[in-house]
Amino acid sequence: MLKRLTSYDDLVSMRKSGEKKFNQDKVKVSICMTGCRALGAEEVYDEFRKQVKKQKLTDKVEVIETGCQGLCARAPVMTINPPGAFSHRRIFYGRVTTDIVPDIISSTALKGEVINKLCYAEAGKKIPYLKDIPFYSKQKKIVLRNCGIIDPKNVEHYIARKGYEAFAMALLNVDPNYVINEITRSGLRGRGGAGFPTGLKWEFCRKAKSDTKYVICNADEGDPGAFMDRAVLEGDPHAVIEGMLIAAHTIGSEKGFIYVRAEYPIAVAHLKNAIAQARELNLLGNNILGTEFNFDLEIKMGAGAFVCGEETALIASIEGKRGMPRPRPPFPANSGLWNKPTNINNVETLANIPVVLSNGSEWYKQLGTKNGTGTKIFALAGKVKNTGLVEVPMGTTLREIIFDIGGGIPGRREFKAAQMGGPSGGCVPAEHLDLPIDYETVKEVGAIMGSGGLIVMDSDTSMVDISKYFMDFVQDESCGKCVPCRVGTKKMLDILTRITEGNGCRSDIEDLKEMAYVTKTASLCGLGQTAPNPVLSTIRYFMNEYEDLLKTGS
Amino acid sequence: MAEKTIDLRPVKKIVAGYGNDKDSNLIAALQQTQDEYGYLPKQALKEVSRLMDVPLTRIFGIVTFYSQFTLIPRGRHAIKICTGTACHVKGVNDVKQKVKDQLNVVEGETTADYQFTLETVACIGTCFLAPVMMVDDRYFGKLTTDTVTDIVDRYTGDNA
Repeated sequence: MLKRLTSYDDLVSMRKSGEKKFNQDKVKVSICMTGCRALGAEEVYDEFRKQVKKQKLTDKVEVIETGCQGLCARAPVMTINPPGAFSHRRIFYGRVTTDIVPDIISSTALKGEVINKLCYAEAGKKIPYLKDIPFYSKQKKIVLRNCGIIDPKNVEHYIARKGYEAFAMALLNVDPNYVINEITRSGLRGRGGAGFPTGLKWEFCRKAKSDTKYVICNADEGDPGAFMDRAVLEGDPHAVIEGMLIAAHTIGSEKGFIYVRAEYPIAVAHLKNAIAQARELNLLGNNILGTEFNFDLEIKMGAGAFVCGEETALIASIEGKRGMPRPRPPFPANSGLWNKPTNINNVETLANIPVVLSNGSEWYKQLGTKNGTGTKIFALAGKVKNTGLVEVPMGTTLREIIFDIGGGIPGRREFKAAQMGGPSGGCVPAEHLDLPIDYETVKEVGAIMGSGGLIVMDSDTSMVDISKYFMDFVQDESCGKCVPCRVGTKKMLDILTRITEGNGCRSDIEDLKEMAYVTKTASLCGLGQTAPNPVLSTIRYFMNEYEDLLKTGS
Repeated sequence: MAEKTIDLRPVKKIVAGYGNDKDSNLIAALQQTQDEYGYLPKQALKEVSRLMDVPLTRIFGIVTFYSQFTLIPRGRHAIKICTGTACHVKGVNDVKQKVKDQLNVVEGETTADYQFTLETVACIGTCFLAPVMMVDDRYFGKLTTDTVTDIVDRYTGDNA
């Protein structure tokens, strides 16, 4: 049972005792127990626990289950850190199996010796220490600061790393206007895709007059190819709760909802656990930290509808209706959930908030570009060696992400395009590999930043097929409320199907463009307004592939 | 054909658990009902409608809108094959075809012995393991047409 925190001092003393425990004189074996479960992490973890107990090493070795450590391509992954705080001597192992666990304990954990075959290798050279692996050394982890380091199910770990202190500051020491100013000055923009300035959004909601206001965390990560929010929820759920607490106190809300996909069972479990712990500590509930501030949170599970990632559809879904969008304005900041002022932020945005406040807007602004400050998490997948989760400052180029961090394309094939922004985005071809990525630059080349899905495609991938793939997806997910989206996506899919089957005709391209224009301009919500992007970007850069298919046709 | 009478006590319990705040908990109540019965039997929906005082038409609107809900019984194990972008690029279509052939069903169908229901999902957020699928709550990654057959076999005819 956790002790209730009734003041700032309580929080600090909990942090101090947590720090002591967290950095104690033990070897830390940290095993990813989220995504890596698919490749046997649970078995490896159990074996470690068993061996440590059997060999009576519990006072020397601590086995920690963590969230995503990033380099998913090497799953199941783990790190071994010598006694004390995390250091440059942290060893990274991948593709760990249960039979090698006794070896890892006897040589690496107890003697600090490296087992070569488990190390990450580049150009035939083994790289044992995490700090030397390019995948890690070129990243800047701010939102993922705790992910892969702490046990997400243990609030003591989060607090040991100064968790909830930004919230305590916002609650006790400063004025809500100061918080809004800091966030506005930091330049933080919504990480869910549209990139709306977060400070402004909060200000609108703070100014809205009402006896009741709500805060919502949009965790309905539905873009195929995106798993950033999943990793944050699974690996550091308290960071999201802290962000929501700060938002709630700033705008004046006592009730919040986290709308999360049912397809993310581990994220839901970790969130539920984190909420229960926060309640025990009285970080959620009444008279938080001994003040007048009350706030509580509820989880709402999505039921499988992509369109519910759109904020007005999400609100309808929480209200117990079909998740269909409605025209804006009024914007949720003025009239949202049950027609009350509602502040909706994405998971990654909320996880940024404590960092902005504790380090200050000046510090935050140093990262990234003028149009996009801070960092962005990308879910790197597809035809790239180091698939996984990557956090880089805005303004990093695609080449750095795909080749330096991602290790390039496997086999002897060549890079062809990177699909950014999922079904609302587009394919960025090789000629733009050196483009510094921020909200505006990506838009200029026909894609969108989106939520951060980044799928690499090589010379084997047919771009017309990709275009059809996304159209198939949005057509299926279109809620059907407005005609341009419902009919437009269907017609475009028909044409694309015809072309890929070799039955296309020359006029199809013009028809596609026209249909795309109408769907883009006349649709009610973001789903329809962005649905033609994959088609338009592939026509723009890979027209030759459409032409090849048209030639084979009649 | 007359419908088999089902035990409606679980529905009463689920609805009672939501107290007065019924409107916003309708979807959650339906999710729980589906967990209880494995699908949404008509009688259970009528009971939810009666107890929560929500028209059956609105409930029908909801259960047909969200892809998670099903009005027909499902198999013991749910196989969810991910058809997200990364899985698509990495050849999930072959894997899917293999499972379809093996179980002799198409997407959305349940095998005659009610052992499996085959579904596809747009993305389960484990793109680094592509192609990937879930059997119940367990993930299986880096699938090939060979490994997928073995995995399905493991769940065949067992009591797992």
